[in-house]
Amino acid sequence: MNTILEVKNLTMDFGGLRALDHLDLNVVEGEITAIIGPNGAGKTTFFNCITGIYNPNEGEILSSPPGKKRKKINGLKPNHVTKKGIARTFQNIRLFSNMTVLENVMIGRHCRTSSGIIGAILRGRSTIKEEKDVVDFSYNILKKTGISHLVNEFAKNLPYGAQRRLEIARAIATEPFLLLLDEPAAGMNPRETRELDELITRLRDEDNISILMIEHDMKLVMSLSDRIFVVDYGRKIAQGTPCDIINNPIVIKAYLGEDFDA
Amino acid sequence: MIKFQEIKKSFLVSLWFMFLTFPIMVIRVNPIEKIVEWRWKNMIIVGIGSFLLSFVWRYMLKKREAGEKRAETWESGKTSFMQRILEERRFYIPLVTGLTIIAVAFPFIFSMYQTSIMTTALMYIVLGLGLNIVVGLAGLLDLGYVAFYAVGAYSYALLNHHFGLGFWSALPIGAVLGFIFGILLGFPVLRLRGDYLAIVTLGFGEIIRLVLKNWNEFSFGPSGIANIDRPGFFGIQFSLQAATIYLYFLMIGLVIFTIIVVNRLQNSRIGRAWIALREDETACQAMGIDKTRTKLRAFALGATWAGMVGVIFAAKTTFINPASFTFLESAMILSIVVLGGMGSISGVIIGALILILLPEYLRAFSDYRVLIFGAIMVIMMVFRPQGIISNIRRTYKFNE
Repeated sequence: MNTILEVKNLTMDFGGLRALDHLDLNVVEGEITAIIGPNGAGKTTFFNCITGIYNPNEGEILSSPPGKKRKKINGLKPNHVTKKGIARTFQNIRLFSNMTVLENVMIGRHCRTSSGIIGAILRGRSTIKEEKDVVDFSYNILKKTGISHLVNEFAKNLPYGAQRRLEIARAIATEPFLLLLDEPAAGMNPRETRELDELITRLRDEDNISILMIEHDMKLVMSLSDRIFVVDYGRKIAQGTPCDIINNPIVIKAYLGEDFDA
Repeated sequence: MIKFQEIKKSFLVSLWFMFLTFPIMVIRVNPIEKIVEWRWKNMIIVGIGSFLLSFVWRYMLKKREAGEKRAETWESGKTSFMQRILEERRFYIPLVTGLTIIAVAFPFIFSMYQTSIMTTALMYIVLGLGLNIVVGLAGLLDLGYVAFYAVGAYSYALLNHHFGLGFWSALPIGAVLGFIFGILLGFPVLRLRGDYLAIVTLGFGEIIRLVLKNWNEFSFGPSGIANIDRPGFFGIQFSLQAATIYLYFLMIGLVIFTIIVVNRLQNSRIGRAWIALREDETACQAMGIDKTRTKLRAFALGATWAGMVGVIFAAKTTFINPASFTFLESAMILSIVVLGGMGSISGVIIGALILILLPEYLRAFSDYRVLIFGAIMVIMMVFRPQGIISNIRRTYKFNE
């Protein structure tokens, strides 16, 4: 039971607004951890702090990839965080819409490959080999995520569910040890949600990727996650197994309001 | 009933146009004989003309909307005519052979004047392809591209003037200087995007031009530098005619070289990073792409090509002064990229040929040149904003 992501005392202010208030959280290797909370609770801000889009005012984010040393990652640029092995998807889908599906995934390989301008112009043997590896690797990821039949379509032409899958495919192409999913099931129909459930479980079991996700679909959260953190007004108000959370009066109050007496 | 409404609409349009053009088209005041002339005939022509044109306009708009709807139903099985020509071997090989024969025979069939114009067009093709890296692929709107062109031209002119350096040694120096200036401009504008970037690059272009214009000791000011050597061939100096043909083939070579390089770049790791940067900067960074380096690379590479063409420009005209590097040049090159199709190589080539050759061969209409130019741009932006040939991405085949 190794902790691979440790967040201590994280605080983030936007002007006078405290979006995150001394938040503590940790992710254990091989687990699916969920963050839930009402709208505006600071969940996405939390993700943005981890992935380097925001620089938190206070606190520490420590990442310890399996088999590697523990390192502080706050203050790093987003691309360096990704290179360290933490990949993410976005709540509002942010695909490269005028690129093909395969190319979207190939972008994910960027930080694991190295050929430069000269290599691209001369197109030497090592560049060709690297390019071929990238294509094969990306295609395998598409097969794994079940969208390999769309390989040459433009990303903008994909149906919604496939776009969500492509976001995940693109993120795992960076070979992360920790994958952050920001509302992966938003806007999906029940069947698509079920398929997503399978995909996420498969990523954990077969590819050894730990998962931290924000999700509003309670059925999905309860069936998937090993541990749940509940956030409200930037503070952690509860943590535990799905079973603990579902019966926690504080959580119910946060979701349904003070006057709820049932 | 729909027909009647259409006629009513067109009628209103023609009325509006007649009213708008009334002061300039109908009234003519003759101050010498103190008569006011009323040219009602013009008004009728404007009325009928706008009445008919409004039908054509609406017909084209409808056609475009229909086309968009077709594109939205997402099976893009049908490729356009242009794309098929470019993709299928059956069309592609005869096309390339034909073009090669024309390109080789051109200077021997046509006059020196024609060859010279064609050389200019080829220079703009390379400039367009260079700017295409910055604007089309990386999505960075650069309005000061001509600055790098000026850097290349002046580096050859000054090196030739002071040290007698030849064309062939100046060509790589011009390219390297373009690269360096690309990075110099790139650094301060890394944080900017869109409109802000456009304004800063516009300013940069003007700064370079104004420095060249006012720093007399360095660049000889507005009077420019004359008697620059034409390119030689291992020490042999050509006659004027031979030099023109020589330059033409040199440009053909450079165009082919540029096409190969840009084509390889846009399907490489770097090229994909540029396109990702254009599509979504945040997502691009989150996928592990270094934004700073990617942008600098685009700026520097685009500028390298401008620097190279600058050297050739100086060698071709044998005289340069700051007046050749105004904002209008930047706008022209940008128009080539936008008209041809951002990110598409064949589009940029066609765009350059149209925008450079057409004005030369339409000398008869030279009074209306800018008017026609403006009209073409407006019509293109309304009916085909993606350019003549839209960007085609490479498809990969897997047999499993």
